Amino acid sequence: MPEPTGPVHVEGEVVATKRVGAYRHLTLTAPGVPERFRAGNFVAVSVAGHVARRALWIHRVRASSAFGPTLDVVLEARGSGTQWLAAQPVGARVAITGPLGRPFALPKEAVSCLLVGEGYAAAPLFPLAERLRERGCAVSLVVSAPDESRLLSALEARRSARSVTVLTADGSVGQRGSVADHVDDLVRRSDADVVYAAGPTDTLRAAAGAAERAGAWSQVAVETAVPCGTGLCHGCPLPVVGEDGVDRVVRACAEGPVVRGDRVRWDAV
Amino acid sequence: MGRGVSAALPGPVMVAAGCGGTGRELEPFCGPDGLAGLDLATRSITLDARAGGPGPRVVEAPGGLVNAVGLPNPGLEHFLATELPWLVRAGARVFVSIAGATMGEYADLARRLSRAPGVAGLEVNVGAPDEVGGGLFEVREPFHAASVIAAVRREFPADRPVLAKLRPDVSRVVESARACHDAGATAVVIGNSVPAAFPDGRAGGLSGPALAPITLRCVGVVRRSVPAVPVIACGGVHDVASARTYLAAGAVAVQVGTALLHDPTTVARLRVALDPSHDLQEDA
Repeated sequence: MPEPTGPVHVEGEVVATKRVGAYRHLTLTAPGVPERFRAGNFVAVSVAGHVARRALWIHRVRASSAFGPTLDVVLEARGSGTQWLAAQPVGARVAITGPLGRPFALPKEAVSCLLVGEGYAAAPLFPLAERLRERGCAVSLVVSAPDESRLLSALEARRSARSVTVLTADGSVGQRGSVADHVDDLVRRSDADVVYAAGPTDTLRAAAGAAERAGAWSQVAVETAVPCGTGLCHGCPLPVVGEDGVDRVVRACAEGPVVRGDRVRWDAV
Repeated sequence: MGRGVSAALPGPVMVAAGCGGTGRELEPFCGPDGLAGLDLATRSITLDARAGGPGPRVVEAPGGLVNAVGLPNPGLEHFLATELPWLVRAGARVFVSIAGATMGEYADLARRLSRAPGVAGLEVNVGAPDEVGGGLFEVREPFHAASVIAAVRREFPADRPVLAKLRPDVSRVVESARACHDAGATAVVIGNSVPAAFPDGRAGGLSGPALAPITLRCVGVVRRSVPAVPVIACGGVHDVASARTYLAAGAVAVQVGTALLHDPTTVARLRVALDPSHDLQEDA
């Protein structure tokens, strides 16, 4: 049997909800989505009273649970839409489209990988770390945040990662400083062949730059507002340089969210 | 002109221009038959490639979206080589939306598309909100729109439909519909997004359910004033009831746009519910 491919649009259900620091973790059923998931994919969720969707990174999938296959998402309640989502109780039904977007490309050989994430957007790096470890890659994970409340827990990732580094801007936990302050050193120490990054633009740019300086490949998961998430509206422009050297503007949701870091025209983002 | 080509008109449900991606992104949400038999207006195609405007291109407003996407498209050459053949293979009835900076560009687009295999018809974008079309031919006056339609009609076979997509401006829409129909438009699409502004004042167009009452007014007044002009309604269609409201007002078809961004299965559900071979009363 071929594996199911392509996104689906389904009604899912909140089966668990948990506040962790500044974030809300939701566990959802979404028939067909966990089965199709690859690290780096996201889901678009409908919000009552809003036309545009909310795009959420998939933090984890479970192939089976008491509720069947489930997926976990992490969100920060920033506007009325994410506040509504964060307030949904167990049993609430939500329209979910996914999995969406191009996932992280995995190396064919067992190489050394540095994974750099910041805030809730670091979420897709956790399932990526598992996939890389299955392939025999040496995984070094860096989780960074403005403060401890915005730090995704790396406890579970310790099984997949050879080393875990924690950075906070205020020094409340781990090393003090930003990804930009430490990333060159981290790339060197991990002897990374590939750098994977997920987080705000500054973090991605720093990681992509450090990879380039060290002669490593980089893959970045861009974090941008996507009105539909499905590629239909062309509303999430991402300036890149194409394989042919020609400047283009692609859709972050459809040609991304994961792109090669050296292809992004960071000055135009 | 009433050439008796209404059989070639799309309907009762059609994908609105600019809301179906390249077609590939919509296909997974269209059921087992995919795009087969689906009437689809492409995003607007220009002669040369356009990168589109800067972000944010789309922001939410109560009941809709404000957009200034800037007509990103790969240009006619690339469209003919890649996107169109894929859509034709997928079985879609392709209405290519065209936009130009001059009447000559519209005529060129129509001539070259008339020779491209699989083009069911054209939809001429003569209703972009002011300032948003960025360099498009000026179509503020109804006679400008009609001149464009006439230029397109001269280059495009008479047995295939040309749709004129108008602004939903109640004070001018009757005149525009009449002029475009006289110039050879098979039907008019009412309409494009309504001129609006982003919170920072930048020009955009409003789409979505907030438009439905405005569009319905325009559809009604055109049907009453110029009953010979077939009307395709486009504005806030998101479920069976909103589609039937337009059909009851005399529209021959409805286009689904912004609703696809909220629920990409909308057009598939409406196709089933409004299929004239069924007599379903259920709501989607």
